[in-house]
Amino acid sequence: MPKDNVYTITPPKNLVCLDWGELWRYRELLYTFAWRDVKVRYKQTVLGVGWAIFQPLFTMIIFTVFFGNLAKIPSEGVPYPIFVYTGLLLWNYFSTSLSSASSCLVDNENIIKKVYFPRLLLPLSTAVTPLVDFGFSLIIFFGLSLIFGYVPCVIGILLLPVLLFCSFLTALGVGLFLGSINAKYRDVRYILPFFIQLLMYVTPVIYPSSIIPESYRWVSFLNPMAGVITMARGGFLYGIIDFNLLAMTFGISVLFFMFGLAYFRKTERFLADTL
Amino acid sequence: MSDTIIKVENLGKKYQIGAKEPYYSLRDQIANLWNFNKKKAVEEFWALKDVNFEVKRGEAVGIIGRNGAGKSTLLKILSQITPPTTGKITMNGRVASLLEVGTGFNQELTGRENIFLNGAILGLSRKEIRKKFDEIVAFSEIEKFLDTPVKRYSSGMYVRLAFAIAANLEPDILIVDEVLAVGDAQFQKKCLGKMDEVSKKEGRTVLFVSHNMGAIEKLCKKVIVLDQGNIKDDTNNVLKAIKNYSYSNNEGVGKKNAEWLKREKQFAGDFIPLRYSITNEKGQLRDMPVRNDDDIWIQIEGECKADDLNINLSNVIYDADNNVVFVSTTYDGDEDSWPKFMKGKIRLLNKIPKHFLNQGEYRIVLTAKFNKGDWIIGLSNDCPTVNLEIQGGLSNSPYWIDRRMGMMAPILEWKSI
Repeated sequence: MPKDNVYTITPPKNLVCLDWGELWRYRELLYTFAWRDVKVRYKQTVLGVGWAIFQPLFTMIIFTVFFGNLAKIPSEGVPYPIFVYTGLLLWNYFSTSLSSASSCLVDNENIIKKVYFPRLLLPLSTAVTPLVDFGFSLIIFFGLSLIFGYVPCVIGILLLPVLLFCSFLTALGVGLFLGSINAKYRDVRYILPFFIQLLMYVTPVIYPSSIIPESYRWVSFLNPMAGVITMARGGFLYGIIDFNLLAMTFGISVLFFMFGLAYFRKTERFLADTL
Repeated sequence: MSDTIIKVENLGKKYQIGAKEPYYSLRDQIANLWNFNKKKAVEEFWALKDVNFEVKRGEAVGIIGRNGAGKSTLLKILSQITPPTTGKITMNGRVASLLEVGTGFNQELTGRENIFLNGAILGLSRKEIRKKFDEIVAFSEIEKFLDTPVKRYSSGMYVRLAFAIAANLEPDILIVDEVLAVGDAQFQKKCLGKMDEVSKKEGRTVLFVSHNMGAIEKLCKKVIVLDQGNIKDDTNNVLKAIKNYSYSNNEGVGKKNAEWLKREKQFAGDFIPLRYSITNEKGQLRDMPVRNDDDIWIQIEGECKADDLNINLSNVIYDADNNVVFVSTTYDGDEDSWPKFMKGKIRLLNKIPKHFLNQGEYRIVLTAKFNKGDWIIGLSNDCPTVNLEIQGGLSNSPYWIDRRMGMMAPILEWKSI
């Protein structure tokens, strides 16, 4: 019997280091959870994966009609459909990750109460799963660009993984925090849709961040998603990178993540008792 | 073979009761801000206290105890689902626990997909699962339904699949909670056989919680008896421990023994027993001990949730050594005479004739089963149980005033010709 199989179970101490080795050993489970979520999502649906395409597409059309054509929201010289779709692309990823990360602990209550595995895998997988939808949305994005005769800049494509990573960290950080609270106080599930909706209006998804007065703009960039979407537009549509904004956004999303993780770690071991 | 694989020292687990509600809401918390003086009574409750034991590699250990004795808490701590409050456990090997059947299953996914999902949750890699796949399928006997979503499975198929996955995982330590309560008798046998094989042939350690004393006796080399969070007995003398346990079951003597009442939240399903008692012919409770020159009636009061249930009830009579003396079921007679199970309350009486059993103590257990085979209340459940004590009245003869030799004490006819 190899010695590394020996382990002890003791009462939880205040802060235990994250066991990276264990997470790595369970990496297949992360994959399996993500695979399960993708599979279950489109089971018993007629359109199946078609949903991943229809949702952003129709949101874009409605937004274009009402915000672009009727309310005449400025779009910085780019066709409004392309403009708003760039925002939706990352926003949809963020909001889906956030809402599923916040509810995943309660949704998987039956497993958490009966089987041991690193609990972090659940929120982690819920933030990975929407990447599939993101992929489909991205294909639509290129299609749209083609239709409108707009060639996305290479800089944007290069920047995308970084922006996606920032969204991932933010969604996961907030999701870990809200998910832990949700395990104890189920109010979170009522507040969350409302919270996400408000957040979308605070984030420059349907309008450009340039309409915010310059002296207040930094406040809006405390929201990492504001920076992410602004930079996505800058990168894709104009081929520019604002490195200050990038550093700030990245820094804040890491902070969000660290905070969420710390809170999650604190509550994790008692999950089975509180759920 | 004698190295220690689990070592539990001073283990304790405290819960706070009274303060805990089904779930908290922020609103309640805010509302409570204004009620400083109305502090809710927080009561501490030790589900486990000062628990110490060791398990050796390859040992099959049975854990028995009443509901609420701390069995499930112990298994949950051993499987790292909930942390202990005090103490320390040292484990030496990979654990697979089957605390509830099919918990890792996803209703929408097929059997095949669920094998991979459940395997992964229990800590297996896809490669290992693929290697074990055929074995799992063969054991679970669900070949035909592999590509059907498990939500369309019967409860029996569900258990079979779940057990097949866990048992084929090859963990160093297999922890099995009362999961074999479902499934038909044949499959239960198969599961027990598999567990036996796992511990004896493969030299793995099995921790097994059950109310089925027969299974414990057959499978386990060692028994731990838990009582209100403490270890009451930790012995290799399995038979003796089971016997002591079985007879400490019903607290109190006299009338109490002869009557069983359903506890809150106990049992759900088409048939729910409400009261089980030893009575006279009119259904009036009798004092223990009873004399043997009166008929003894076992009364079952229960509720059927649907009309014309195709079920049968059985009284299983055990003697003091835990042998089944006989079984009496509602479909013993020809079909016309079977009791009808119509929706609503039902009441049945079953006669044990006078001068039939011998003087002594008996345990009578109620089971319920669909005629097609699925258990409603199987023997492994915490089923309704009453204790019968027969003393005196053994025959009309002046010579037989004490226990007779043999298991039975019938008065049979003699003729001179």
